[in-house]
Amino acid sequence: MNHTVLEKNSMLLLICALLVVTVGGLVQIVPLFLVESTIEKVQGMRPYSPLEQAGRDIYVREGCYTCHSQMIRTLKDEVERYGHYSLAAESMYDHPFQWGSKRTGPDLARVGGKYSNQWHAEHMINPRAVVPESIMPGYPWLAKTKLDYKKIAANMRALRIVGVPYSDEMIANAVQDVEAQVDPDHDEVDAMLERYPKAKVGNFDNNAEELTELDALIAYLQMLGTLVDFATFDQSGPNLR
Amino acid sequence: MPDTRAEKATFGSLMAIIFAIAMAFVGISIGVGSPSGGMSFHGWCLAATAAASIYFILSHMAQDDGAPSPLSSSDAVNYHDAPIRFATIAAIFWGIAGFVVGDIIAWQLAFPALNFDLPWTSFGRLRPLHTSAVIFAFGGNVLIGTSFYVVQRTCKARLAGLWSPWFVVVGYNLFILIAGTGYLLGITDGKEYAEPVWYADLFLTMVWVVYLLVFLATLWKRKEPHIYVANWFYLSFIVTVAMLHVVNNLAVPVSIWEPKSYIVFAGVQDAMTQWWYGHNAVGFFLTAGFLGIMYYFIPKRVERPVYSYRLSIVHFWSLIFLYIWAGPHHLHYTALPEWTQTLGMAFSIMLWKPSWGGMINGLMTLSGAWDKLRTDPVVRLLVVSVAFYGMSTFEGPVMSIKAVNSLSHYTDWTIGHVHSGALGWVAMVSFGAIYCLVPWLWKRKALYSIRLVEWHFWVSTIGILLYITSMWVSGIMQGLMWRAYDKLGFLSYSFVETVEAMHPYYIIRATGGLLFILGSLIMAYNIWRTIRGDESRDAAEQPRVAAAPELRLNPAE
Amino acid sequence: MTYDTVATFSQVSSLLLFIALFLAVIIYVLMPTTKEKLERAQRSALDLDTPNSYEDER
Repeated sequence: MNHTVLEKNSMLLLICALLVVTVGGLVQIVPLFLVESTIEKVQGMRPYSPLEQAGRDIYVREGCYTCHSQMIRTLKDEVERYGHYSLAAESMYDHPFQWGSKRTGPDLARVGGKYSNQWHAEHMINPRAVVPESIMPGYPWLAKTKLDYKKIAANMRALRIVGVPYSDEMIANAVQDVEAQVDPDHDEVDAMLERYPKAKVGNFDNNAEELTELDALIAYLQMLGTLVDFATFDQSGPNLR
Repeated sequence: MPDTRAEKATFGSLMAIIFAIAMAFVGISIGVGSPSGGMSFHGWCLAATAAASIYFILSHMAQDDGAPSPLSSSDAVNYHDAPIRFATIAAIFWGIAGFVVGDIIAWQLAFPALNFDLPWTSFGRLRPLHTSAVIFAFGGNVLIGTSFYVVQRTCKARLAGLWSPWFVVVGYNLFILIAGTGYLLGITDGKEYAEPVWYADLFLTMVWVVYLLVFLATLWKRKEPHIYVANWFYLSFIVTVAMLHVVNNLAVPVSIWEPKSYIVFAGVQDAMTQWWYGHNAVGFFLTAGFLGIMYYFIPKRVERPVYSYRLSIVHFWSLIFLYIWAGPHHLHYTALPEWTQTLGMAFSIMLWKPSWGGMINGLMTLSGAWDKLRTDPVVRLLVVSVAFYGMSTFEGPVMSIKAVNSLSHYTDWTIGHVHSGALGWVAMVSFGAIYCLVPWLWKRKALYSIRLVEWHFWVSTIGILLYITSMWVSGIMQGLMWRAYDKLGFLSYSFVETVEAMHPYYIIRATGGLLFILGSLIMAYNIWRTIRGDESRDAAEQPRVAAAPELRLNPAE
Repeated sequence: MTYDTVATFSQVSSLLLFIALFLAVIIYVLMPTTKEKLERAQRSALDLDTPNSYEDER
């Protein structure tokens, strides 16, 4: 038995199988990176403020995506229930994307500004206190856990490597920006808003004493879907749908 | 000749020890160096496993100098089955663990108080634990175990490497442990079915490359000219999963001492990459690999060659070609470009054909031996699993049609569909394979009790039916309620009203899950008694092939 | 290279590839020489189950 031929056969099988399965991925994925028109030109998108990004990391950590989507489809009932359908541009700084695949709870793509900070705080601590029929878990520990934000600049640097346009100035002021966003009387609020336009400033978790994980999470929820200015959005533009 | 064998074995053991020491060093550095409690814990897990491995290797070297038994004059092969036994037991353990976590979260949806307001027990952290435990831990161990068994038997060659197969099974289970405990501690990437973080991903990549090399090297040692088709499926599963895993998990860690990392892709590109990965985890992990099981274990158990070998070749190539395109059907009506969505839909529908070709091939293997369906519950497990495969691969293409998907997506219908595939196909075919394997691997004359297999079959089948029917009803109902309008043109239901309506179905589903767990516990008991070597209670009712090959009464010609 | 060019190119080439692959596989399995080989392989999986004559402890 000639073993080199046999070895070649299994390698041949391996290579053919690999070629066959590579094509699909190449055709479907690569064009998305090659062109800008995948992401509509819209006004208003900006990277997350440090506090919002910290909140997003908590959203990911707690597995919120297992029950909540962040993707409003182009269907009549969804647009009426949740708002304008989601644009690709709106998740352009999302590492990872959190579109989700299941709506055990409602879509959150445009939840920002729909409820008060106080409502969110009460809802997160005990969902059934504000929505009796809710089946969402309570997250009381978030209100008790201090936010660990002193090293947030390291996270922003990692995000910059993967393509989020954080400037040196944004990274240098990260810790200060976190503190400014939860305190309307902070001296640097205006500077923070200059860097992150439309960011919500306030005490998010009903507790002005401490800066907690709940502050960060609610700051994130309150900005979801609020950045794009749909008054200037061109529906007929390079929007592929 | 024996000398060089012994020397090679000693050298192999030495290399394994050096590698284990290196792993222990890495583990201790992470354990000491990482400020993150969870990552530090994972470092110590690695170090402890490496230390235990060193002890294991040394104690086995002392026994026999690491030399395998010399071959006799006959050409019987000295198969390397101990790692397969490890994987089999691990599969049963993780299977039950994964089913239990799944049922806990099912009850949580019916009674949210069961989240206990604690981070480690809340739905969002337990759900990835459930999916990973059943898909990767249970399914993965079944696939690694059966692939090592099948490749040796069909190649008539001993598994390549002395300690490498051990590294594959032990390393894989360590990966599962790291990933699973990570979720509970909040260490996650946040991408569905790809939640393990960067260091767990790196470790898995290493394990997987060794798995591929062991499998390939065993193929190279084969004494048969043709590579049996089951191995084609296994090989494509190993290679494709490697590709998917590496691409989808590309990430930049915040620091090498921190578990947090950021995926390199963003938004729409990340979504496309993720579902290219996610759908092909279904296609190659949960389908191609398990088709390998079907193509070996059904013919073996019914003692008939596969119905059409030509069909199996066509099945193979068309399945792997078509599957890889189907991912975008998870993203209908989203911000993904429309042509990609349409392409995903078209390929999903075409995929129906090879899937059913495979199903027919599996089922028709029984032609002329249909009575075995009645007399042998292990055959019934295998065949019903193929029927479920046919059902869910019909349902899948239907759900990928955009109009249907607009209703089904985001609802429990998807959950029901996944479970008709996962419980009906993957778990049932795995149970069938485990019932075949255990007496063969532990050299027993029969299973402890075939009647308990019968019980397992019926209890879990009823459980599956409760599960999928309740999810059909709740899913379609919820989808319809979301889009219902009243006479004045307003949406009829608030979101929370649709949540309330789900309650009874969530209870039915969780009850179905409970039955499924009960079935798996019956299996665990039966397997435990078989492995312990207890006298079979009903050996006379079991077919000849239930026994280990060397213990069969009338050897096959 | 615009987005449309890339998209069209990849769609057309993949369609052609799909047809070519499918034909190749069909021709392969229907060739008389392969037929014999495949029929042997079909039976071989069953015949190969020779007893494992050693207690393997590793």
